[in-house]
Amino acid sequence: MDSVLNFDSYDTGPFYDEMFLGPGKPRPGTRLLMEKLRSLSQHELFARQAAAEKAFFDMGITFAVYGDEQGTEKIFPFDIVPRIIESNEWKMLEKGLKQRIFALNLFLNDIYHDQKIIKDKVVPKDIVETSAGYFPECHGLNPPLGVWSHITGTDLVRDEHGAFYVLEDNLRSPSGVSYVLANRQILKRTFPLAFSASRVRSVDNYPSMLLDMLYSIAPSTPNKPNVVLLTPGVFNSAYYEHSFLAQQTGITLVEGADLVVHEGYVHMRTTRGLFRVDVIYRRIGEDFLDPKVFRKDSLLGVPGIMEIYRQGRIALANAPGTGVADDKAVYSYVPSIIKYYLDEDPIIPNIPTYICREKDHLDHVLKNLDKLVVKAANESGGYGMLVGPASTKKERDEFAEKIRSDPRNYIAQPTIALSRCPVIVDDHFEGRHVDFRPYILYGQDIQVIPGGLTRVALKKGSLVVNSSQGGGSKDTWVLYE
Amino acid sequence: MLSSDADSVYWMSRYLERAGNIARFLDVNWHLTLDVPGEYTEQWKPLVITTGDQNDFKARYAEENEENVIYFLTADPNNPNSILSCLRMARQNAIRIRDIIPTEMWESLNILYHYVQDGCKRPKSILSDPNVFCSEVKWRNLTIGGIAAEIMANDESWRFFSMGKLLERADKTSRILDVKYYMLLPSLSHVGTTLDTVQWAALLKAVSGFQAFRHTYGRIVPELVAEFMILDHDFPRSILYCLTEAQHCLHDITGTRIGYFTNPAELQMGQICAGLSYHTIEEIFEQGLHEFIDDLQIRINVLGKAVFDTFFSRVPAIEQTQDN
Repeated sequence: MDSVLNFDSYDTGPFYDEMFLGPGKPRPGTRLLMEKLRSLSQHELFARQAAAEKAFFDMGITFAVYGDEQGTEKIFPFDIVPRIIESNEWKMLEKGLKQRIFALNLFLNDIYHDQKIIKDKVVPKDIVETSAGYFPECHGLNPPLGVWSHITGTDLVRDEHGAFYVLEDNLRSPSGVSYVLANRQILKRTFPLAFSASRVRSVDNYPSMLLDMLYSIAPSTPNKPNVVLLTPGVFNSAYYEHSFLAQQTGITLVEGADLVVHEGYVHMRTTRGLFRVDVIYRRIGEDFLDPKVFRKDSLLGVPGIMEIYRQGRIALANAPGTGVADDKAVYSYVPSIIKYYLDEDPIIPNIPTYICREKDHLDHVLKNLDKLVVKAANESGGYGMLVGPASTKKERDEFAEKIRSDPRNYIAQPTIALSRCPVIVDDHFEGRHVDFRPYILYGQDIQVIPGGLTRVALKKGSLVVNSSQGGGSKDTWVLYE
Repeated sequence: MLSSDADSVYWMSRYLERAGNIARFLDVNWHLTLDVPGEYTEQWKPLVITTGDQNDFKARYAEENEENVIYFLTADPNNPNSILSCLRMARQNAIRIRDIIPTEMWESLNILYHYVQDGCKRPKSILSDPNVFCSEVKWRNLTIGGIAAEIMANDESWRFFSMGKLLERADKTSRILDVKYYMLLPSLSHVGTTLDTVQWAALLKAVSGFQAFRHTYGRIVPELVAEFMILDHDFPRSILYCLTEAQHCLHDITGTRIGYFTNPAELQMGQICAGLSYHTIEEIFEQGLHEFIDDLQIRINVLGKAVFDTFFSRVPAIEQTQDN
């Protein structure tokens, strides 16, 4: 008889396990899935994993292996065991995310207008003005509906007690939502019965929600608004996502060279001449958006577009300038920001954060480098980061030097023992650390897609989930009540 | 639609069609060599001439034998018109328009590309049995054509897809006829022999036209084969059929009535179609078949350039603002 991959030897360790209450005891929401997994032979489970990987490959959801002349392509690592979030937990997250995005948008609007929050000494002026995401060129802009960050992907983690924390706010142009939809499509085929019995909330409506949001911010036009997605091009690592979202929403995928400012409006170049554009979902950084205003050397953008935006004749999602609100030093003030604008306490807490520009924090950080995670304030993707407990003395010394030479650019946080999920490792299951990125849309109102991207650190013991650093992903099932 | 997208659809389609045509005549030729006794390397030379790459071939290969020609036409990454290169180009164009072509089309092309790429890593497997490799390329191509016919909206992108395919096909049919007609004619000693008939049948099979020819004409006569391949009204790979359909696509895109022109593409297309439509095969032979085809190929190239200037070039569009 075929052997079965069981959980008899599965060790939850000293961590919060997303699937098990304790050894051999599944959480209530995961019971049906567990039964399914236990009923499959090892052969069948491997066959399903292989079928899922082949589907990703055939669909062309791949990346080119760097430096391979034969043009070899690989899929992003994917584990077929889903991560499950139960409805009561989800309700809390949804509320907390809406609260946070609402406050951060008020913050952005304030920063680029009256700066009351600075005048009231809640957020220090120099923290804002030294942020790489802060653009003085954006002062006085009035984006449609007063919304700056239309699409947000907030990174959440859980500690060993199962408490959720916000790890990072991504308000510029967060990527990954296409994987949420692709992972779901594949997982439905992989475990159809367990899926339907588990009563999983659908994520398939995301493209419709996205399209509605983009329509809602269009400047007034007599016709159906013409919406485009602006991509840096086929060589961008998120290009698949750009073309996927354009395909699913029916909006036109354009590069900077397809657009031109003409007679006071932005147009795209078509086979029948110029055609007016009303809304741009931009997936290029604002610094590349308009060489007349931002980086002069940018070839990806559209010269003159900012002036048209300032006049309200084109809408941009996200608005330029949102990066100041996801700066990692500004992050540490978000609880105060929520309190200042809403007079509420944050529903999802921040991780306590040391800001190296403050002398006493800096001393503490330098003394405790072996216990802390240190991050560069303006980097993402897992770059410019030191995970203290996993570092060598040499790495710590080098990092200490970097911090001392530019304290403004560094923050530090206690190392969180991230929650874990089982993944298939050879012929058994092992726990691996995960995080979670839900996606939030903000147009007429704020909506959170019931699901998100669970990223998993596939290296044993690793806490870094970024795909550039050996991370993979899982489907995430948010359950109905 | 975006000029750049129209450009990509058109070229994706052309490269796919080119790969399919190479697979088709390579496969037919290989089958033919199985019937021909002894060493018959002369059989492989015309294939390279057909793609128009004989100079490139001669510069890099010593001999026009089976092994070299098959490798050159299938797996040679340095030959821009090998099946591998064509599919690479088709896929690069497809990536740019993945948002507008049907998912099924993208997936079929992607799977075909990976099949060809894998095969080309082991060229010996292609040489030992070109039929398997060529059949896969041919069938996948037909699948993609089916997807275009059954799933794509008959909108502008479909018309650029069709126009690219038809222009490429007209060009390839003319080249195959041009090269093979004169290879076959002088062999007077063979006239009426089995070998002769087999070779003419092979020419028809190289454009997948053997059955259609039999139904229409019956016995194989060289002049009739030429008439069929150039002027037939019903056969979807005859030159006249391809160009007439391409003209319909073009005028559907612009909205101009056929018989008139408003841009360089319509002008060139109209001249080619008028020249072909109102000629008998006798007149063509009077002019000289080779001269006729030579002239036609030059005109198709000029038309290709006119299509680029009219639709794909991003520069002149700025004068014609259109309100939406």
